[in-house]
Amino acid sequence: MVNKEIVVVGAGPAGLAAAIEAAKAGGEVLVADLNILPGGQLFKQIHKFFGSSAHRSGTRGIEIGRQLLAEAEKYGVEIWLNSAVIGLYDDRVVSIEKGLNSGEKELINIKAEKIILATGASENVVRFKGWTLPGVMGAGAAQTMINVNRVKPGNKVVMLGSGNVGLIVSYQLMQAGCDVVALVEAAPNIGGYGVHASKIRRAGVPVYTRHTIIEAKGTDRVKEVIIAELDDSWQPIAGTEKVLEADVVTLAAGLKPISDLARLHDLEMVYNGVFGGWVPKHDENMESTQSGIYVAGDTTGVEEANTALEEGRLAGIAAAESLGYIAEKDAKERKDDTWKRLDGLRMGPFGEKRMYAKNEILACFPARS
Amino acid sequence: MALEQNGYITREELASFNQIISEERFKKGPVAIIECIQQIPCNPCESACVRKAIRIGEPITSLPVLNEDRCTGCGVCIARCPGLAIFVIDKTFSDAEATVAFPYEYTPLPQKDETVDAVDRTGRVVCKGKVMKVLNPESFDRTPVVTLAIPTEYADEVRSMKRRRDR
Ligand SMILES: Cc1cc2nc3c(=O)[nH]c(=O)nc-3n(C[C@H](O)[C@H](O)[C@H](O)COP(=O)(O)OP(=O)(O)OC[C@H]3O[C@@H](n4cnc5c(N)ncnc54)[C@H](O)[C@@H]3O)c2cc1C
Repeated sequence: MVNKEIVVVGAGPAGLAAAIEAAKAGGEVLVADLNILPGGQLFKQIHKFFGSSAHRSGTRGIEIGRQLLAEAEKYGVEIWLNSAVIGLYDDRVVSIEKGLNSGEKELINIKAEKIILATGASENVVRFKGWTLPGVMGAGAAQTMINVNRVKPGNKVVMLGSGNVGLIVSYQLMQAGCDVVALVEAAPNIGGYGVHASKIRRAGVPVYTRHTIIEAKGTDRVKEVIIAELDDSWQPIAGTEKVLEADVVTLAAGLKPISDLARLHDLEMVYNGVFGGWVPKHDENMESTQSGIYVAGDTTGVEEANTALEEGRLAGIAAAESLGYIAEKDAKERKDDTWKRLDGLRMGPFGEKRMYAKNEILACFPARS
Repeated sequence: MALEQNGYITREELASFNQIISEERFKKGPVAIIECIQQIPCNPCESACVRKAIRIGEPITSLPVLNEDRCTGCGVCIARCPGLAIFVIDKTFSDAEATVAFPYEYTPLPQKDETVDAVDRTGRVVCKGKVMKVLNPESFDRTPVVTLAIPTEYADEVRSMKRRRDR
């Protein structure tokens, strides 16, 4: 058994920010990520981010990822890639299937003093006739193909879902040289930011609100997509079907927190619709109901990269504080500042429901024994 | 709001959010047009302007307000807006023509002096435009800004150009 002070699961913005804060304070930090590249979702985000100057706004996600990695390196954070965390056991033992240079895997158990879970979120699927045909994929998968692997998933895309992921990935598919032949949304309104929608409208993408995909047709891959209008009870209206020629269908129907490890270790969970599903309960230090295990980022509720970063910072500061690396007063100041920035991000018509949701989660935290 | 249903802003919406530039100001030369009417947490435009012509303030979800008199239409804010929602219009360009500058993050980029299809907020081609400038310095961080000369009557409509598919 190997000993480490702090083990962070996930090298996305939340995990990296946590690792940086803890290592900066003097902690010994290991980050494990199952991906072959660090950065989580950031390395797919080639667009400029919103936010305040304090959040490097106007900077492309991919650049924020690079800056985080450089900082992590500077403070001596150890990162294991191609290394999935497959189990959590009593007394904070973490089981990691470590990826070796040889391509083999080695199972390593680590006794950690603190664990920070920052495992992110996964995409929801939508089922319709033909949904298993090649060419039907998550919007995130298409985004990985074009922006990380530089492979076009096809030429003519039907995007389902008009949240920010659907809008941004539509834009990026066009930047990659695809055509988006339709953006289909079941709700009466576009879900994401108007400015993102405006970008794809200017590029000529038709938006079909109150519509859904009825069927994807094709023999060995998608060739046609049938969409139809929905009535007030979200049922397809007969006779409104349209046939679109397309070879790709991308699904952007929301994300749900990845919380398998948290459940595996009996962290108390709570369901929250705004945040996309079951999330671990946590307090203002991002500490879960099991002391010494912290949670941060999309795993605690699907939000954005900036909120993930700030939550990661909180967890990193709190973990370092409890190990004695940061004095209480100093830690409190830094955590208060971070909460202030988080409150700023959870404002406005798009953000405030996340503020309420977060407050509900904080409020249901049981008293520590 | 039309924006939420259709994905593009109408003139009525811009007017209701006070984001229409006065014709008087247009007579004085180029000016920034900010088409940002949803309260989202974002403020890089504010610090982009050295003349402090754009104000957001606190909270960060406040809408940007342009000070017409301070704005010189320099266009530095165009590439800084993550929402690609800022344009610069010069209605004094010539007797019959205005210029519209907009962010354009697609390849291939148009070339100076080329004639392209100018499109409105819905992507509809409304007229031809002549490419006057294509700026893409490092400080724009890969958001090129294209300036088109178009007939003045379309200056309030044209917001981009038709994406090229020749590759
Ligand atoms: C498809 C998609 C598009 C998005 N687009 C935008 C956008 O345009 N703008 C924006 O601000 N936000 C966007 N987001 C949201 C933003 O990227 C996330 O909110 C942010 O990345 C969350 O950070 P995180 O660190 O919590 O999770 P992630 O960035 O998802 O990182 C989690 C990491 O944990 C690793 N991991 C998970 N389980 C394990 C395990 N068992 N063992 C080891 N490693 C594990 C994963 O490999 C991953 O690297 C998008 C999200 C998705 C999914």
